[in-house]
Amino acid sequence: MSNEARKPPAQIALKVRRMLGGKAGWNGVAVQFAFAAILGWIGYEIVSNARTNLENQHIAAGFGFLRNNAGFDVNQTLISYTGSDTFLRVFVVGLLNTLVVSVVGIVFATVIGFIVALCRLSPNWLLSRVGEIYVEVLRNLPVLFQILFWYLAVLAALPNPRQSISLLGITFLSNRGLVVPSPIGQSGLEPFLAMLALGVVASLALRFHARRALFQEGRMIRIWPYVLWLLFGLPLATVLVFGLPFTFELPQLRGFNFAGGSRIIPEFVALTVALSTYTAAFIAEIVRAGILSVHKGQMEAGSSLGLSRGATLRLIVVPQAMRVIVPPLTNQYLNLTKNSSLAVAIGYPDLVSVFAGTSLSQTGQAIEIIAMTMGIYLLISLLTSAVMSVYGWRVSRSLGA
Amino acid sequence: MSDVLSSSFVRRDLLTERPAPVKTTGFIGLMRTRLFNSPTNILLTILGALLLWFTIVPSVRFLMVDAVWSGKDRTACLAENAGFAVGACWPYIQAKLPQLIYGFYPEAERWRVNLTLLLAAALLLPMLVPRLPAKSLNAGLFFAALPVVAFFLLHGGGIKGFGLSWTAGLLQLFDESILGAGQALLSLSKTSAIAPLLWVVGSLVVLLGTAIQWLIFPLTWLRDYIQGTGQPVWADFAVTAAIVCLIAFVLGGGVRAGGRALASSIATFIAIAIVIKLMDLDHGGLSVVATNLWGGLLVTLVVSVTGIVTSLPIGIALALGRRSTIPLIRIFSIAFIEFWRGVPLITVLFFATYMLPLFLPGNFTVDGLVRALIGIALFTGAYQAENVRGGLAAIPRGQSEAAAALGLSWWKTTSLIVLPQALRHVIPNLVNSFISLFKDTSLVSIVALFDLLGSLRASFSDPKWSTPSTAFTGFAFAGIIYFIFCFGMSRYSLFVEHRLNAHRRN
Repeated sequence: MSNEARKPPAQIALKVRRMLGGKAGWNGVAVQFAFAAILGWIGYEIVSNARTNLENQHIAAGFGFLRNNAGFDVNQTLISYTGSDTFLRVFVVGLLNTLVVSVVGIVFATVIGFIVALCRLSPNWLLSRVGEIYVEVLRNLPVLFQILFWYLAVLAALPNPRQSISLLGITFLSNRGLVVPSPIGQSGLEPFLAMLALGVVASLALRFHARRALFQEGRMIRIWPYVLWLLFGLPLATVLVFGLPFTFELPQLRGFNFAGGSRIIPEFVALTVALSTYTAAFIAEIVRAGILSVHKGQMEAGSSLGLSRGATLRLIVVPQAMRVIVPPLTNQYLNLTKNSSLAVAIGYPDLVSVFAGTSLSQTGQAIEIIAMTMGIYLLISLLTSAVMSVYGWRVSRSLGA
Repeated sequence: MSDVLSSSFVRRDLLTERPAPVKTTGFIGLMRTRLFNSPTNILLTILGALLLWFTIVPSVRFLMVDAVWSGKDRTACLAENAGFAVGACWPYIQAKLPQLIYGFYPEAERWRVNLTLLLAAALLLPMLVPRLPAKSLNAGLFFAALPVVAFFLLHGGGIKGFGLSWTAGLLQLFDESILGAGQALLSLSKTSAIAPLLWVVGSLVVLLGTAIQWLIFPLTWLRDYIQGTGQPVWADFAVTAAIVCLIAFVLGGGVRAGGRALASSIATFIAIAIVIKLMDLDHGGLSVVATNLWGGLLVTLVVSVTGIVTSLPIGIALALGRRSTIPLIRIFSIAFIEFWRGVPLITVLFFATYMLPLFLPGNFTVDGLVRALIGIALFTGAYQAENVRGGLAAIPRGQSEAAAALGLSWWKTTSLIVLPQALRHVIPNLVNSFISLFKDTSLVSIVALFDLLGSLRASFSDPKWSTPSTAFTGFAFAGIIYFIFCFGMSRYSLFVEHRLNAHRRN
């Protein structure tokens, strides 16, 4: 007679049943079969209908069209592109334009959003009301409405290039867009960039070292003078040795338009302004909610430990607020990227506009083109949510420790 | 003793009055505590005042002071005729108002639009006031009856049959598709390498199709017989009503407890009969107004209300599917939700406009508006699913465990215990989704539907009204309309949230 507990029965049948049908058991399996049959039937209908419809319209399915010549021009390209390039290149050009407008929009939206959030949190009554009005007005108007407003009303009301609005005599705003000085690389460019990169890497290493010293040995190391030297002193020294890294070519009015400089097309300006101001209203609310979510006692505890107000904010309040802010903030960044597809309404050559718009109407390959466009956006959002789940896992780990 | 007395102190005169404490309430107090209490704050106040001065004052000047209020065409809104720098050109809005509200809806038929909007408002407003009774009846009318009535009011047209004919038609379509698939497999089996297998599967499918054909034969025969009688709609209506009432009676508990279900289904059918008779649906109904004539605010409201009504059931189904333990259903729901949430709405609309027609049988064309509606319903449904899921997750497990202990089935637990609580929790989130849906309806103007924004844009190109301030005036008008709707909804969601959190306030 042994006193050891008997092993529980293996219950293999139960486990299999649970795995196949969930809590509902064999009923669940039956439901799945019925569901799979319906899905299969719908899939079969879709495929067979699509095949007959494509045959009737004399469209060859497949991605072969990507190697054909596009034959149309795009008015903003980051990589070289002419009308004789392929549709695949159109796809890349559109994707790059989407990414550019998204990144620029995200930067501006974050800056404006934080400023508006600070306004709303300000003890000054008038300023917090101004922030509130901004948020309420911008949030309650459709973003497409705002894009069209900037493009059709504000930018169209600007004067022509001859009477353009000049900012400091180097930047000109007119109804043909924004003309800015364009940098032209000189001989000193390479050493300058190399030193800049070196400075950034060295400062990051210094910061890493200082934090390790702080957390492991409790030593405070003051690094900011060195960082300042690395980031500004080093590149400045290379400029003195090797000469200027680049010079600016100033735009000049010739006839009816500007020569020289680089022109930012009005569509880009309208889209960036509308997207960043619209998203900023949401970001402001997120930041405000994040900062309000930190308990007042944290601030008081910090000051009772003798930390200054700035240090309390920097070391205690903001890190805790960031935990609340970052996930919805990423969501807003994603929203901005997705909203940049509204460019199609004003003709900014983004992915949807040049690929799902112009290319689709030229080739008629609706299934392939829309699948590719949707796939790219899906990829971006899935990647972002993957990164965010890693972040959430790290936050929950640091909270648990 | 005398020492004590001499050291005692008794005040003989009153203290002088101290000044009253600084006032911290009212306008003066506000200025003192929140506006001018420190040099930085004074600077910030000046900054805020400047910001307001440079935005509010020009807007008011544009909208009111410098505006032109009457005129026949663009000449009234030109600076050289008006004699001052012209602000808003309101006669332009006046001239374009019918287009901005009805689109190209025929003028003689516009009462139908007004009636529909009136009906919708009459059903919606009592639903929003928590104090009023009969919420479930009200919700049923708004979510089920109103869409149907609105369709026949706005679009017009009549019906040729009723429930029985439609069911028979659908089943026949399903059966034909199964038979077609079987035939395709059989024909494929002649050339394929795995011919015997394909032949067996194909024969089985054909057998299944034939069996279904025999199974639904009574239904199709009855349909054909009804269509042969002189009054197909009413005959079909009577048969459908009898069958549905019987089913409701049996399912409701038979002789013992089915009286209530029977009464309510009979009442429903009487109401349907009245609607059919009133709108003359059995004789062709109202004259048809094709959807390409619809436009303006009408399309905006139709798209948003349809989106709201259709996305909620889709969202609830997907949310329940995502929480299900049955693997295939959970995986499908997750994939479906993440797919629609991952793509921008405009690609969804492109998908609905260009890709959906390819997936449907060639003889089957879908109206442009309906295509956009399908896309929006799927898209919003995925977002609503996440909202509903949040509510479901907030309900403690004990609730469903208690229901299971009482012997309720999964369906009853879900529909009677879990869902009502979960939905009440997420009303604010649902309303926020509706706000973004309402704003997103403006995107249909990109796929050639003329909603409010699309009509506005179309009206800019009218040379009769092209002045420097036309665009600003139009945007101001449309902006005010959008703002009123969205701001109203957001205030309502705040109100509901406040009410739901009543127990947490102290």
